[in-house]
Amino acid sequence: MNYQSHADLGGQEGHGAVRPEPEGELFHAAWEPRVLALTLAMGACGLWNIDISRAARETLADYRVLSYYQIWLAGLEKLLLRFGVVQPDEIKSGRSLHAAAGIPAMLRADQVAAALARGAPTARRATQPARFTLGQWVRTGPPAGAATPQHHTRLPGYARDKRGVIERVHGAHVFADSNAQGLGEQPQWLYTVAFTGDELWGPATPHPHSTISVDAWEPYLEPS
Amino acid sequence: MRALETVLTQKGYVDPAALDVLIETYQTKIGPRNGARVVARAWCDAEFRRRLLDDATAAIASLGFQGRQGEHMVAVENTAELHNMVVCTLCSCYPWPVLGLPPTWYKSAPYRARVVKDPRGVLKDFGVTLPEAVRIRVWDSTAEVRYLVLPQRPAATEHLTETELADLVTRDSMIGTGLARAP
Repeated sequence: MNYQSHADLGGQEGHGAVRPEPEGELFHAAWEPRVLALTLAMGACGLWNIDISRAARETLADYRVLSYYQIWLAGLEKLLLRFGVVQPDEIKSGRSLHAAAGIPAMLRADQVAAALARGAPTARRATQPARFTLGQWVRTGPPAGAATPQHHTRLPGYARDKRGVIERVHGAHVFADSNAQGLGEQPQWLYTVAFTGDELWGPATPHPHSTISVDAWEPYLEPS
Repeated sequence: MRALETVLTQKGYVDPAALDVLIETYQTKIGPRNGARVVARAWCDAEFRRRLLDDATAAIASLGFQGRQGEHMVAVENTAELHNMVVCTLCSCYPWPVLGLPPTWYKSAPYRARVVKDPRGVLKDFGVTLPEAVRIRVWDSTAEVRYLVLPQRPAATEHLTETELADLVTRDSMIGTGLARAP
C-alpha cells in the first residue's frame, strides 16, 4: 500500500497570494450547493465516517487541480463506488441501473435541523490517564528519515519531528487515524501542541513573535 | 452533478427535499452573523466573555448555536499584544455553527500553505498590518476542535448597543484575517 495525501499544504511555497472574498459569497456555480447537500445527506446515511471521507478526498490524484466542491464531488463518487452502493455505469449514465443497496439510514427533510444541531461529537470517555500535562515539552513523530504512516493521519508534515509544548488538553477523542481506516474509534488523548516559528521554519524565516499550534493525538507525541 | 443527484434520488438514498433544506439552512440560517452575536455578547457581558473563554461550546450553545462542525469549540481572544488566526492546513475544518460555510480562500492552497509560515504576509493580502510587537498565534485545526477568534472591540463604541456592535464584527475578524470594523 502506498498512501499519499495531496492535501498537506502547510508551509508550501509558490501558491501565490490569498484572494479575499466578500462575506455573502458562498457558492460560485449552481451545482456547488447541490454537491454540498449531497455530501452532507450521504454522510448522514451511516455508511462511512468523516475521517473515511477526508481520506477519500485527500488521496484523489487530481486533488491539486480541482476546486473544493469538485474535490467533494469526486470524493463522494469514490466513496459510493467503494461502498458498492452505486455502480460505475450508473455514474456514467446518470440513472439508476441496478437495485438499490441497503443503507443504514436516509436523512429526511424533517430530520435535517435536528441532525445538524446534534452534529457528531468526538469526545469520548478516557480509558487511561493522560500521558502529558499542560506545559510539558513533547516531540512529534515520526523522526525525520523514518517511514511516514501509510494511512490517513492528522499531523501535518511541517509539524513532524518538532519540539513543542502542551498548551491545552482536550480530553480523549475519536482517533482519526484508526477511524479513517475503519478500525474503530480507539479514542486517544488530544492536545494542542504549540511551536515557535523558529522551531518550525528556522531562525531565518522573517516572522518574529509567532507561535503555531496543531491539535495532536497522544500517539503522535513523545516526551522531550 | 445533477446526474449523480438523480441516481442517488432514484435509489432512495437521499430525500431531495432534505437537500433543499440543507442548502437553505446554510444560505439563510447558519452563517457568520451567528458568530457576530457571540462576539458582541462577549464585548457587552463580562460574565459571558469569561464563560466563552472557559467553555466556548457551552457558552455558544446558550445563544442557540451548536452542532455539526462546532461540536467542540474553543474561543481565543485577541488583545493589544496578541493576534490569533485560524486555519486548517489539511482540509477545510471551520466552525460552521458560528461562521457558516468557509469562504473559498479558506479552503484554497494559498491560505492553507502560507498562514502557518508567513502569517503577516497573509494579513497583508487582507490589507491588515499589525505592529511588529504584536505576537501572532496561528491555530491549525487538525482535529475536531474548532476555533473562534474573539476580535478586539473597536475604540469609541461604548455608546453602541449589542446589536449595533454585532454589525461591526466581520467574518474575517472571527477567523483572524481581519479586524472588527470601526463604527
